[in-house]
Amino acid sequence: MYTERVIEHFRHPHNMGKLANPSAIGKVGNIVCGDVMWLYIRVEKDSQGRDVIADVSWETFGCTAAIATSSMVSDLAKGKTLLEAIAITNQDVAQELGGLPPVKMHCSALAADALNEAIHNYLSEHGMPIPDALRRRHEKVEKDVAALDKRYKAFLDREQAKGDVAAAGEPSSCN
Amino acid sequence: MSDRVYLDNSATTPVAPAVLDAMRPYFDSLYGNPSSLHAFGREARRAVEASRATIAEFLGVLPEEIVFTSGATEADNLAILGSAYAPRRSGGHVVSTKIEHHAVLHSVNWLTSHGFDATLLDVDGSGRVEPDQVRAALRKDTFLVSIIAGSNEIGTLEPIAEIGAICRERGVAFHTDAVQAFGKIDLPTPSVDLLSASAHKLHGPKGVGLLVVRKKTRISPTLHGGGHENGRRSGTENVPGIVGFAAATRLAAQERDEVVARMRRFRARMIEGVGSIPGTRLNGHPTDSLPHIANFSFQGIEGESLVMRLDEQGIAASTGSACSSPDLEPSHVLVAIGVPLSMAHGSLRISTGRQTTDADIDRLLDVLPRVVKDLRDLSPFKVGEVTCTPKE
Repeated sequence: MYTERVIEHFRHPHNMGKLANPSAIGKVGNIVCGDVMWLYIRVEKDSQGRDVIADVSWETFGCTAAIATSSMVSDLAKGKTLLEAIAITNQDVAQELGGLPPVKMHCSALAADALNEAIHNYLSEHGMPIPDALRRRHEKVEKDVAALDKRYKAFLDREQAKGDVAAAGEPSSCN
Repeated sequence: MSDRVYLDNSATTPVAPAVLDAMRPYFDSLYGNPSSLHAFGREARRAVEASRATIAEFLGVLPEEIVFTSGATEADNLAILGSAYAPRRSGGHVVSTKIEHHAVLHSVNWLTSHGFDATLLDVDGSGRVEPDQVRAALRKDTFLVSIIAGSNEIGTLEPIAEIGAICRERGVAFHTDAVQAFGKIDLPTPSVDLLSASAHKLHGPKGVGLLVVRKKTRISPTLHGGGHENGRRSGTENVPGIVGFAAATRLAAQERDEVVARMRRFRARMIEGVGSIPGTRLNGHPTDSLPHIANFSFQGIEGESLVMRLDEQGIAASTGSACSSPDLEPSHVLVAIGVPLSMAHGSLRISTGRQTTDADIDRLLDVLPRVVKDLRDLSPFKVGEVTCTPKE
């Protein structure tokens, strides 16, 4: 079901782990639905004074596809200017992996979203202008999170009723 | 790859050599259709009836109470839909549980979308239904209770004899899906009206199952045609498959004490070994369980990744993780026993067979802690008393 490229990235993922002194972090996904991706970027100026993603790393809780897409998006983003990195789409991530099973396409969206969120956070923290496309995607991620929380509310209520809150974790606090 | 370790025997098992030997002539020399009048047909008929007698004796039922099917999914469908549409019945109520196999659950759900009512009973934290819950759920119009004998996901055994007695007392038909239990534990067939089993879970071939239909239990066929199996299941009998099913049953009967004792020992070893990895839990009952199934959850990692990492190391197991299912929902069984969702995603089902050795379990217990650590190193969550704590 998975391509050789997916399996290869899953077996030997690139750029995994926490980044020392990141400039920004993008956190997406929800432990309740089984995928959480944290993407760290360090932004530096290049010789032409442009903002460049000098280093990138990630930590992911998720399936084979979630781990492979994390690895791939980090490869794609590394060395790119922020403007170039914003243009990376989930289709790019999936394509570079030789495709993903349809049911796993959301994992590639998650990877692209994590990169977007990291860049969005960097630009907002530095009071820099946020391109419209990035703002729209950021708003969509926020909406998706709200939708997921709603979708799984019944599950969460059930777990709360059973007094399992601590074990289950608060979804809003781990995003 | 000869050094692969197969620990997914609840999914399917290798056909035992003795079973394959028994089946082989029925492909190319004894190939008659049991319904034919000539000698070829009579040979095949004799084989089918001898097989039926073998399995009936093992189960303690009459040969004519066994209906061969294409597998346990068909047997479950025949039990549930066949009872619902039995002669002179219109509408009514079914009682089942939240932890049934999909072949039962989806059949019951289908009935509810076709004018029937159903009650799906809750289970306790180990996956057990109390007989009193069944008693309380029965209504005047209840025509069937269907409860799994031993869970295919977590192994927990249900109090089938007690539930059967309640159904008998109230005149309600009782079906049990005994797919994983058949050949492993004693089945209280006197208290059961309908029972499903499958050959390939017991070192027999795929594509053959059976439904026990006790005398006086009314069902309507779900496959219509030439009136095979006493009119209860049309379609030419799968002769090699049925012969293989009987051979697998005979083998299970001969070896059962020894194999089951070994499986129990493996299960205890796995529970101890996995328990020594931090942030794990056993899903299901520690002792009141099928001998060959052990289900665990691991904090901070996702089950599909775990299965894939084990596969790289040559170990085959399975998961109830959402990411492994087409609808991206975690296992309904793990949710029903109250496994927190964060841990339901990190489940691993290990199931042994007659071919499993101590060396296989050694290998699993050697590889598993490393693979779990490896995946936890990739994860943003740290393992602790509270699952969902970011690392810092």
